Amino acid sequence: MSLFPAEISEVMEVLLLRNYNTRLVVISTLLLGVASGLVGSFLLLRKRSLMSDTLSHACLPGIGLMFILVTLGGGDGKSIPLLLTGASISGLLGVGMVTAIRNTTKIKDDAAMGIVLSVFFGLGVVFLSVAQTLGGSAAGLETFIYGKTASMVEQDYQLLLGVTVAAGVMCMLLQKEFTLMCFDEEFARSLAWPVHGLDLLLMGLVTAVTVVGMQAVGLILIIAFMIIPAAAARFWTERYRVMWILSGCIGGLSGWLGASVSAWLPRLPAGAVIVLVAGCAFLFSLFFGGARGVLKLGLRRHHMRRKVGRQHLLRGIYELLEDEKTFANTPVSIKQLYAKRSWTHTELHKLISRAKKEDHIEVVSGDRLQMSESGFAEAARYTRNHRLWELYLIRFADVAARHVDRDADRVEHVLGPELVRQLEAELDAVEEMSPVIESPHDLHSGVGI
Amino acid sequence: MNMSPVSPSAPSAPAHPPTVPLAIDDLTVAYNEKPVLWDIDLDIPEGKLVGIVGPNGAGKSTLIKACLDLVPRASGRVMIYGEPYKKNRGLVGYVPQRESVDWDFPVSALDVVAMGTYGRIGWCRPVGKKHKQEAMEALERVNLADYAHRQISQLSGGQQQRVFLARALAQDARLYFMDEPFAAVDASTEKAIVTLLHDLKSQGKTCLVVHHDLATVSEYFDWLILLNLRVVQSGPTKEVFTQENLKATYGGKLSALVEAGEELRKMRGVGK
Repeated sequence: MSLFPAEISEVMEVLLLRNYNTRLVVISTLLLGVASGLVGSFLLLRKRSLMSDTLSHACLPGIGLMFILVTLGGGDGKSIPLLLTGASISGLLGVGMVTAIRNTTKIKDDAAMGIVLSVFFGLGVVFLSVAQTLGGSAAGLETFIYGKTASMVEQDYQLLLGVTVAAGVMCMLLQKEFTLMCFDEEFARSLAWPVHGLDLLLMGLVTAVTVVGMQAVGLILIIAFMIIPAAAARFWTERYRVMWILSGCIGGLSGWLGASVSAWLPRLPAGAVIVLVAGCAFLFSLFFGGARGVLKLGLRRHHMRRKVGRQHLLRGIYELLEDEKTFANTPVSIKQLYAKRSWTHTELHKLISRAKKEDHIEVVSGDRLQMSESGFAEAARYTRNHRLWELYLIRFADVAARHVDRDADRVEHVLGPELVRQLEAELDAVEEMSPVIESPHDLHSGVGI
Repeated sequence: MNMSPVSPSAPSAPAHPPTVPLAIDDLTVAYNEKPVLWDIDLDIPEGKLVGIVGPNGAGKSTLIKACLDLVPRASGRVMIYGEPYKKNRGLVGYVPQRESVDWDFPVSALDVVAMGTYGRIGWCRPVGKKHKQEAMEALERVNLADYAHRQISQLSGGQQQRVFLARALAQDARLYFMDEPFAAVDASTEKAIVTLLHDLKSQGKTCLVVHHDLATVSEYFDWLILLNLRVVQSGPTKEVFTQENLKATYGGKLSALVEAGEELRKMRGVGK
């Protein structure tokens, strides 16, 4: 897509936050992203991600009811602090009800959350309808459902800043407490920690972020802000601290980019764009994540398969040489190789052509092949290490199972040099009767570890 | 109460001296009106390796959890070195069942072991160098120092169990509660745990261990609690681990175990 110069300057204007209004909105959503990323990662680790869903939906009746009460009392029903207070109260009430249902009945978490979520949302819709009958001033209340980023003002920004700083500081101070609670609640309780209090505090943080974020992205899409950055971060790391920081960064980045794009294309609602940006970040992490992304795992499996295939082929050839008792690297026929393993024609030829590329073997004539010098050395090593493994399994069957790493290369690494020497002595004793071709490598020097 | 044989170490007075690691009086625990532990009375002397044995659903884990204030008590009291748990929890180490946590959690083995020091660190304060050092020493004691920085899902089941034991070691306690540390571990881990238990015993520490394998009971433990909703017997393993007591503990479920017990008795007879 090519951009006209005018458009480029427009984009720059937005990204560099030259316009005051845009600046306010973009920084606010960035802060919201950071705050929800930080809090959301604990929610994810506690396996309570859906709790934020319940919470945000449960906020709606609080907004409606507060508006009705204040308007009937003669006040300004659209006072944001009052509406947010109402939202917090009903949100926490909803979360409390889920906890109460879980603790007192046999209904499971998911059902309890579904019940509370839908009932509260229904109640909220009813209250909003009633509010509409009270006069024209109720118009705009429904923006809480989908959010209206463009309407944010200085006050919202300050609120978001306060909540973000508070969430960041809390999570930092209570990092070890929250982490232990998420990992092993029972152990935390055995330290006589007030786990219920910690839980409440975490839910309080979630509530605060949800309530202040509602105006920006709406109560439905704020959930995405809570869950997606943390889930995306998990693909990149096995360390919770890194995950926590990354989650905040991904959240902030999504907020910044999303709000920028929506400011540039004003017809697109910011909440939706932000969630889509976060979704892209998630998809990217899912595929390319450095710790557990799909590609990474796939690549690891692919390498493993190749390695096993190569080892099988070279060992097969080596054993053929042993069978013929030639004790030298001579050509063998491909046909005989089939007897060594259950290879199909395609499989075997794929293996052969790959080994050829790796310079391990060369095809001598139509159906005969011979190992190269390096291939022969590798084959001897694989065969020997494999036999050491087998001997180990026979000798130490009671201890062995979990120690065995079928990768022939790792025999010394796993078992240690002393045990390997002992096994070798035994192997040599067995082979007195049927000598194996001497391994060209010194096994003790740690080749192939 | 008159149904079960009187514990040989039943307390004569309700007061418990601070030298008794664990004293339980009249403990009853109930879930939803269904009692899972009845009238438990126990006194455990210091420096013993104590096995807790009984059929499935006998309340073995619940007994441990009741001692640690993890489940509400319907009645009775538990004294740790003469004081309630809340007061003396610093003297207690806990090894929960391995299945009780999600091992896919993004922490390293060292992180988990360091959790054992959290009770000493205090609120809102980071895990310091000194605590990491202690955690590392605990890992060394279970031969896992090389695995300190591995993510815990990359450890084998036996190694995970040893990480949990190391965490309890890092608690630096005098009384340890271990919930099935021998469950589904490889033989080398089992050996390592036994060595560790003897280590702890030689330091004068007391360990209560929920155990499943009757064949190893008399080898591993010098004190035994036979539990089935109530304490069937408690005392030195040599006196308590008898055919009649096992029958009283396992009831009809023992049929398969009878022969094993018979074998054991013979073996012990030979041993003497």
